[in-house]
Parts: sequence; C-alpha cells; structure tokens
Amino acid sequence: MSIGKIWVLAEFAEAKPTTTTLELISAASTFADTVEAFAWGEGVAQYQDALGAFGVSKLYDIGSLAGSLPGPKVAAAMAEEMSGNTPPDAIFFAASYDGRDAAARLSARLSVGVITNVVNLVSDGPGLSAEHAIFGGEVIVTSKFEGSGPQIFVIRAKSFAPEATRSASCEVVSAKVADLGPTDGAKVTASHAEERSGPKLDEAPVVVSGGRGLGQPDKYQLVEELATLLNGAPGASRAIVDAGWVPYSYQVGQTGKTVKPNLYITVGISGATQHMVGMKGSKNIVAINKDKEAPIFQVCDFGIVGDASKIVPKLIEAIKTR
Amino acid sequence: MNICVCVKQIPDPTATQSLDPSTNNLVRAGKLVLDDSDTFGVEMALQLVDSAGGGEVTLVSMAPNGEVSGIRTGLAMGASKGILVSDPELAGSDALSTAKVLAAAIKTTEFDLVITATESTDGYTGTTPVQVAELLGLPSVSFAKKVEVVDGKLKVERQTEAGFDEVISPLPALVTVTAGVVEPRYPSFKGIMSAKSKPVTTLTVADLGLSGQVGGANSGQRVVAVRKAEARQVGTIIEDNDDAVGQLVAYLEQLKVI
Repeated sequence: MSIGKIWVLAEFAEAKPTTTTLELISAASTFADTVEAFAWGEGVAQYQDALGAFGVSKLYDIGSLAGSLPGPKVAAAMAEEMSGNTPPDAIFFAASYDGRDAAARLSARLSVGVITNVVNLVSDGPGLSAEHAIFGGEVIVTSKFEGSGPQIFVIRAKSFAPEATRSASCEVVSAKVADLGPTDGAKVTASHAEERSGPKLDEAPVVVSGGRGLGQPDKYQLVEELATLLNGAPGASRAIVDAGWVPYSYQVGQTGKTVKPNLYITVGISGATQHMVGMKGSKNIVAINKDKEAPIFQVCDFGIVGDASKIVPKLIEAIKTR
Repeated sequence: MNICVCVKQIPDPTATQSLDPSTNNLVRAGKLVLDDSDTFGVEMALQLVDSAGGGEVTLVSMAPNGEVSGIRTGLAMGASKGILVSDPELAGSDALSTAKVLAAAIKTTEFDLVITATESTDGYTGTTPVQVAELLGLPSVSFAKKVEVVDGKLKVERQTEAGFDEVISPLPALVTVTAGVVEPRYPSFKGIMSAKSKPVTTLTVADLGLSGQVGGANSGQRVVAVRKAEARQVGTIIEDNDDAVGQLVAYLEQLKVI
C-alpha cells in the first residue's frame, strides 16, 4: 500500500453507520495503512467499535451541531485537524446531501479540487485515480489530482462492497470547532420523516420506477401497487418528479438515488442519460415503454413495447391470480 | 430584495454529446441552452422578489464564446439583467475554478440571496454552489424543496434521507433548489421581446482579478483516460400482444421474485 492515510466522513442513520459509510471505509482500508473517520452528532463515540470493526483506528468526534447543518463544521474540523499536522492523502465523502456540502466547503476552504460522482477508485502511485460515469453511464472517465493537498473524493453509493478487510482498535478524540460566524448561520428548527412503507428505495431487492409514459399522475399508483406485490420499492424518473407527481426522494438517477437491485422495472421511462446513471448497475432490468426506439431498450434484459398504463394493470392481475 | 441566480448554459442535453479527444473536455460547440434545472431557480427568484414587493433578479453565468442564449431565456422569464463571464482562459475549469469565477462575478452586484440548482445537468458535480457559498462567506442550504423569506430570514424545507428538515438562515445566504420546487413559467412573447434589450454585462477573468488562478491550467485535476463502459447485453424485446404479460410473468418467475 502506497497511501498512508485516508479520512472518511462517517454518517449514521437508525443508530448505525450508513451502508455507504461502511462502503467508503472498506474501500479506504484496501488503499491506505491508516483509516480515520470524522463524525458529527450527539453521542457518536458509541459507534467507535462499529467503525473499528471495518478498520477505523481513530474517530474524530465533532460533537453535537446544536442545530447547524453539517457542512461548515465538518469542513472546519477537518481543516483545523490538518493545520500543523500532516494532512491525509485522501478524504472520502459519500455523495449524500450532507457529504457533498462538507466536501464542497472543505475544497473551497483549502483551495484544492474535488472529484465527484466517483464510482471506482484505483491505486495509482502516490495517489488514487477516480472513475466516474458520463453520458448516462456509456462512457467512463478516469481523473486524477495534480499538485499537493489532500485528494477529496465524493463517492456514489454502492460503488464498493461494505466488507471489512481488517479491524482496528478505534480511539475517540474530540474535534469540536469554534464559532464559525456567518457561514454557519443556517439552523435546523425541525426534522420530519416522510412515511414510506416497505423497503427503502436504495436497499430494496426489487425497484419499480415510473415515468412520463404513464400518462397521468394518478397512474403512478400502478407503480406503487406493482412494487408492493414484488416486495419492492417504488421509484421515479426525474421527469415526473419535476412535474410534481411524486416527491424528490423517489427519484432514481444522476440527481437522485443510485440503485442496484436484483430486479429493476421501468414503467413508461424512456431511459434518458439522467436516469440511466442511477440504475444501470441493476442485475436484471425490465422495461415497459411504448417507443421501441427508447434508449431503455438498449439496456434491458426483458422489454415490452406497449402502453405501460394498459400493460401494468394486466401484469398486476396476472401476478395476483397466480 | 435582490437575488442572484447562477445559471448554466449547456449543450442541448437531448443531442448527442462528445468529448474533445485532445483535451477530454466536453465539446461545447454549437448552440447552448439554459439548463432546465436552472429554470426552477429563476422562477423561485422571480416569485421571492414579487412577494418582497420589489428588487432585481440578476442571472450570473460562465460560458465560452460570449454565449448568452441561455441567459436570454432567463431574462425572457422575467429576470432583470445578466452577468456573463466568458474567457478562453476558462476552458477546462473544474468545479472549484468555476465557483471562484461565479463568486467573483456575484460580488460585482448587490444581492440578498444567491439561488442555484443542486447540480447542472451536464457536469453534475454538485459541489459548485456550496463552494461559492464558502468563497463568499455565506451560509448555505442545499436541496431546498420549499423556499420562503419570512421576516427577513430565509425559511427552507431541505430534503433529507429520511424526509425533510425545516431550516432557517439569516440573509445573505445561498440556497440550492431541487427540480419541482416551483413550476417554472414559460417566457411570454412580450418577455422574449423585452429580453433582447435587457442588459448583459460581459466580464473576463482579468476583470474579476482572477488571472492565473482559474481555468483548466489551474484546475488541480485532469482526465487521464476515457473508455466506453461495458455495454449490457440487449435482452428479449417483444411487442405488446395477448401473450406479452404471460411471458413477462414467466421471466419474473425465473428470477424467483414471484
């Protein structure tokens, strides 16, 4: 291993590290001798063993944010830890709402670049080369940093397997930051959870996504019904999220969630590049769309050319009567 | 209330896109259009200025060859003026370089709020807006799905993994809006006509005092390889007929999902 140290911004949900956090730590452990994590929130020290089990040897505890959004304080904590010390060779952030904010703040603060939407990393002499997908996943671009400063990578979910390759005894150190002034002015006053039954979109073994080809917003319930029948999660194309049919949290694609289910069913989705980036890694893809020239038919394993709003009710009926 | 909206003029996303084989930069020849993602920010800004009872919406953009067609679309929607930074030195800019240029351009005007999309449709790095906020020393709220200004403060519903957070921020601030946050208006004929005479200031890197600090030559990263992704095997495609659903059910059975 030619890389000395990598930092990972750890995120937690439902009292455990997120899957993406474990993916990032696992990848970091394969590249670097030392992997350390930063984390924010009340009582994150409780996760030291969970992180140590994946190879994290030090947890920098930023502490409670007292309502602040994470970006400014995470960036400040990392920058402060670097000043006067040898900086890490690389820093990994998840391509999450908060991960992107923190990476952007840190990049501007240190005046070093950031490579985003990373789907793979390759050890490359003293550093890392990063791969990301463009043109709807048709083309893979490999980029690397030039010049000094830590290499900041923002990594998409499901790019690496969350598999521990080594464990470490994890020590917790405080990384509290002083008042940051105006940049830290945005405060969370309330949090709301959106009720969603069934498995999570990015963890479900089956995802059924709907698009414009459904014709009418009320037809989206067909997507939900089919998803429920298959113990899956409903998703959506950007077009119908933009049009307000379903909330943003349903969106699969470049600007939405990345999913890699065993089965991905598209209903009335043409397969714009925007969408393909988020689902092309699915194991099996089924497409139902009325335009036989639609790009989705270039990537699907099984496709039906026809009106989704007529085919899906028949499919639901056929599955129910089996 | 004065609002700056960062807008990107991009190659038509429905057209075939390519990379310049010598530089590996995205080819931006041909007509550029206003990124659809930015129409939500422009609309949001127009509505906020309206409810504040006055003020200006300024569009800020960085594009090659003095390109203004996308800015004109935003002006036709109702924005008051544009600032374009165009300079051959900016070719190959990375996200941070772009952020430095946009931040410097925003500083040439009066603003209470900066609005951007969460990410552009073409480059989709998604880091530029918050880099701009950091460079300007502003608080930022990303992924807004609802934006209001109440008692001189920014009130936002911010998308989270679980649902959404209510966030309050003092002004000036930067907010990134998700698609669907508002319904963007279509430019009216009158709007399109009046957009032609609205002022667009064109600035160079030197005008912003950023010579030697931005652009491809000063981006800390470069593309080292480009390859085609492994194509998926094209599967079975059938026309809808009496048997189509039956075949699909058989396929799902084979996958053991039913």
